[in-house]
Amino acid sequence: MTSAAGMAPPAIELIGIDKSFGPVHANRNVNLRVERGLIHGIVGENGAGKSTLMSILYGFYEADAGEIRVNGERVRIRSSREAIDCGIGMVFQHFMLVPPLSVLENVMLGAEGGALLARGASAIRKRLGELGAEYGLEVDPDAIVGELSVGLQQRVEILKALVRGAEILVLDEPTAVLTPSEADQLFEMLRVLKGQNKTIVFITHKLREIMSLTDRVSVMRRGEMVATFDTADTSPPELADAMVGRKVILKIDKGPAHPGRVALEARDLVVRDDRGVVRVDGVSFELREGEILGVAGVAGNGQSELLEALAGIRPLNGGEILIDGRPLAAAQRNPHDERLIGVGHVPEDRHRVGLIMPFEACESAMLGFQHETTYGAGLLYDRKAIIADADRKMEAFDVRPRAPLLKTANFSGGNQQKLVLAREIERNPKIMLVGQPTRGVDIGAIEFIHKRIVAQRDAGKAVLLVSVELDEIFALSDRIIVLCGGRVTGERRPEDTNARDLGLLMAGVSDHAA
Amino acid sequence: MSTPLKPLPAWADVAVIPLVNVAAAFVISGLVVLAIGENPLQAVQILLTGALGDLEGIGFTLYYATSFIFTGLAVALCFHAGLFNIGVEGQAYFAGLGAALVALHLGFLPGYSLVIVAILAAALFGAAFAAIPGYLQAYRDSHIVITTIMFNYIASAIMGYLLVNVMRVPGQMNAETAAFPANGRVLQFHEVMAWFGVHWPVTPFNLSFLLALVCAFVVWLLIWRTRLGYEIRTVGANPTAAVYGGISPARITILSTLLSGALAGGLAVNVILGEEHRLILEYTSGFGFVGIAVALMGRAHPVGIILAAILFGVLYQGGAELAFEQPKISRDMIVVIQGLVVLFAGALEHMFRRPVATLLARRTAQPPI
Amino acid sequence: MEWFDAFIVMFASGMRLAIPLILACLAGLWSERSGVVDIGLEGKILVGAFASAVGATFTGSAWAGLAVGVVATIGFSLIHGYASIDQRANQIVSGTAINMVADGLTALIGNAIWQQGGRTPQLPADAQFGAIAWRFAEEIGRIPILGPIYQHVVSGNDIITYIAFLVVPLTYWALYHTRFGLRLRAVGENPAAVDTAGISVRALRYSAVIICGVLVGLAGVYLALGQTGYFQPHMSAGRGFIALAALVFAKWRPWPALATCLLFGFLDALAIRLQGVELPVIGPVPVQAIEALPYVLTVILLAGFIGKAIPPRASGIPYVKER
Repeated sequence: MTSAAGMAPPAIELIGIDKSFGPVHANRNVNLRVERGLIHGIVGENGAGKSTLMSILYGFYEADAGEIRVNGERVRIRSSREAIDCGIGMVFQHFMLVPPLSVLENVMLGAEGGALLARGASAIRKRLGELGAEYGLEVDPDAIVGELSVGLQQRVEILKALVRGAEILVLDEPTAVLTPSEADQLFEMLRVLKGQNKTIVFITHKLREIMSLTDRVSVMRRGEMVATFDTADTSPPELADAMVGRKVILKIDKGPAHPGRVALEARDLVVRDDRGVVRVDGVSFELREGEILGVAGVAGNGQSELLEALAGIRPLNGGEILIDGRPLAAAQRNPHDERLIGVGHVPEDRHRVGLIMPFEACESAMLGFQHETTYGAGLLYDRKAIIADADRKMEAFDVRPRAPLLKTANFSGGNQQKLVLAREIERNPKIMLVGQPTRGVDIGAIEFIHKRIVAQRDAGKAVLLVSVELDEIFALSDRIIVLCGGRVTGERRPEDTNARDLGLLMAGVSDHAA
Repeated sequence: MSTPLKPLPAWADVAVIPLVNVAAAFVISGLVVLAIGENPLQAVQILLTGALGDLEGIGFTLYYATSFIFTGLAVALCFHAGLFNIGVEGQAYFAGLGAALVALHLGFLPGYSLVIVAILAAALFGAAFAAIPGYLQAYRDSHIVITTIMFNYIASAIMGYLLVNVMRVPGQMNAETAAFPANGRVLQFHEVMAWFGVHWPVTPFNLSFLLALVCAFVVWLLIWRTRLGYEIRTVGANPTAAVYGGISPARITILSTLLSGALAGGLAVNVILGEEHRLILEYTSGFGFVGIAVALMGRAHPVGIILAAILFGVLYQGGAELAFEQPKISRDMIVVIQGLVVLFAGALEHMFRRPVATLLARRTAQPPI
Repeated sequence: MEWFDAFIVMFASGMRLAIPLILACLAGLWSERSGVVDIGLEGKILVGAFASAVGATFTGSAWAGLAVGVVATIGFSLIHGYASIDQRANQIVSGTAINMVADGLTALIGNAIWQQGGRTPQLPADAQFGAIAWRFAEEIGRIPILGPIYQHVVSGNDIITYIAFLVVPLTYWALYHTRFGLRLRAVGENPAAVDTAGISVRALRYSAVIICGVLVGLAGVYLALGQTGYFQPHMSAGRGFIALAALVFAKWRPWPALATCLLFGFLDALAIRLQGVELPVIGPVPVQAIEALPYVLTVILLAGFIGKAIPPRASGIPYVKER
């Protein structure tokens, strides 16, 4: 390890890391060098492979190929225990804390310092006091973790790593759950840690954070590490370019839109997630007949909650939804009534939400419409009608194999998705809410699905398209709004913008001169 | 992480795996018989002869099977909604009260309308007793497994009190009610056959069997041919998708437990109205729990349940014969078999999946899809 | 003072009825705190009682009987553990299976060996755990108030009773003051946190299941070698389920578990005492109402009408490492 300047070896060196999950190639020949005592940012779009790479570093998975060096020494990391022994600490996006236990107990877990707690507890209590003073990380050791704010819980995660003697701290999207002021506190803390010669790997998609915090930054795209810059020598536009790449924009034959009346209007919507965190924070927009409104954004910025709230699955915590100019009453804000009014919904997650995997395809093809008389006028269902209806839908949307009696789980992803689309579109709704229509779908099916969505628009339907795929947003939308942190950061027409511009909006660089 | 299993062909999933699981239960049962020093093959022979060797045996076998069809259907219906109703025993016990109250106190009802009302009362009482755990699961988030266990004991206490202190015939020692009038009884099979001049040995086998078959068919229709059934299965398979589809899981939870309790009432029809003709203490004798084994073995499908119920009928009737001929193999053997069926067909249902999949993969080296 | 003496005698009898509940309840506590739901306590009590009775019968030693009983329940616990931890089974189904197999197998084997309907022969006194009279029990017993308490409650119990009362502080101490206890409490709430801290979820849960086997085995041993001196089919008579109710009622904590079990045992003693007693106006005391009280109280608690019983968050859910 003789580097030219005689510097210490890098804290982490990943060489040729490769990892596949079945057909998905999550990491391809990834090389990364993180120097000691620096804050190193890693940016990339969803599915770029950042989390997989860090999971390999923390021993959750073993890489198929490649090697890991920590402080210049080659190591094998096969479990969290071995990662901890290498001095690596990880702060997960979803905290690995035990809510009913105290801060002290959470910090001690796995580092108890002996079979009895008493001695270790007093040592760790003391250490927590020291760390608190040293880094500004004060937390009451006897507080119950489940009662702390999200920001303090994250602090406990960081303390956990430090108490275990972590020299290298990996933080996965740490600001996703924080308020801006909590994020500022976190940055302050990280700078102090850096001052103590700790190494920090900071994963994010927010370029503002990269620019203000990191010393170096590496960009991942589609499983590959495409570039590394000194932060001082780069700029948000350059990073945005590297992140989204020069993609071949999918061409689709699409005439100009002829927007009509406003079909759906959202006014100051506020939506919380299951944990009570505000995910949609005052979003307003209008959706007209005969247009496709694309909602762009990196996953986890409120799109899912917005879509679910519009579809009546998730309660609204503020604001108003108007359909054809009339406010949607609270009693109508449920999937059943919204379908009757004419709102179709292609959910983002067909496995968990849109289909019932153990059911026959024909039964999945009637979900949401199971009460309709098409499927039998009397007490009993008319099986023939159910099968015929599914068969018709499957033919219209080219679902293969065209076997209404086959189990839903046995279709490929693309064909499952076509089944969902067929179900929602064939009911002829006025408004279509479409989430991630081509996630995990093969190229051929993508084109087919895109054409169908445009055909809906041309038939005068109002289409709201939520997608994390920028290509898709560009290919389909007549108008684009960008969400970041639950707020609309900008609105564009596809012809007036480019990937870099949208990338900046998605990264929270709020409305700049385009 | 283990490598994900390739999906088995459908026929293997439906036929091979369940058969292998049940076979494992029976092989272990054979080993138990061997261990207590008896010959398992001989035991099987005695058992089968006792259960199916003559009309009397068959009558008893079908009588038991009738009980198990009802309790098996009750358990299975809740399975489809993703609920585990351990309380069929208590629901059936309480249902007996409904049947007895009608049969004893509404004697003015003309002819067989009395027994029909008694049957309805059994279903109603069973459903009512299931309603509370159902409601608590749906709206108060109390786990239905724990509440139904508690309700089994509460049923036992209520019925014990009523039978000992209130409904007992004065001066009688046994904790049981007076006998029901003739039109408050379900006809037994030998009585019906006598109308046609056919001699059939006197057994408790009664027309409840037909009711059980009708219920099985109705449950099949309900589950696979009605909107409610579709909604029940959707909630059981994927509650998130159910909400997306405009279905209320809470409503389905309550309806499923009500129907399950009503089916549990079938046990009272068969035993109380069909055989005992009076309400007796602890009449359910664990048959509600047999329903769990029957539902698991029959894979919650009415046809499977009928077959499994008949198998358990054979075991209960043949087991009695076996206990008589070979006193070392007491009727407790049947409970052991029942437990092993629940263990292998339920808890360990995937244990043989990998070996079977490997075996099939080797036999039919088919290209990956 | 007569009513006081009567009360003391009844309290002592309630305490004895509570012993198997305490042991089984703590057994369930260990298992469920680790995330493995165990409704098979009832069956395992039977296994412990039967195996210990058989062991004591053949060896003539109560201690050998205890060893056999505990080993047998550990075996049954491990079957449940294997299904729950490695096979990711539905733990309710597995527990139900354990109850059925235990219920049938104990009666079957007992009957096969002795042909007395499953009952094992009455054990001689030295193959049972007899009452241990403390010093000067008789003499101190004459002192008013404290005397009878010493004579009838503190003194004159068998060794398992003392063990049961020792297990409560021991469980409390282990759970809250040892490394193992901390990890166990954590794994029942969030196994992923334990896993990422570099600790084996599987090893923790198997340890808990084994401890459960030991304690619930002792509950069975108490029934056979402490209380009666023989095994009889179905002699657990629902105690496993009452213990489960007590566990819920105590919100999975050791000291409240002790208190709840004593309360339930006392209710049981009361019901026995009032059997056939005629009250003015009401007539015979409805003892069934007292017997049902533990179950009714538990349901009311579960429904959230008096406080809220929240089980360990991960209990009943097999741990699957997320991708």
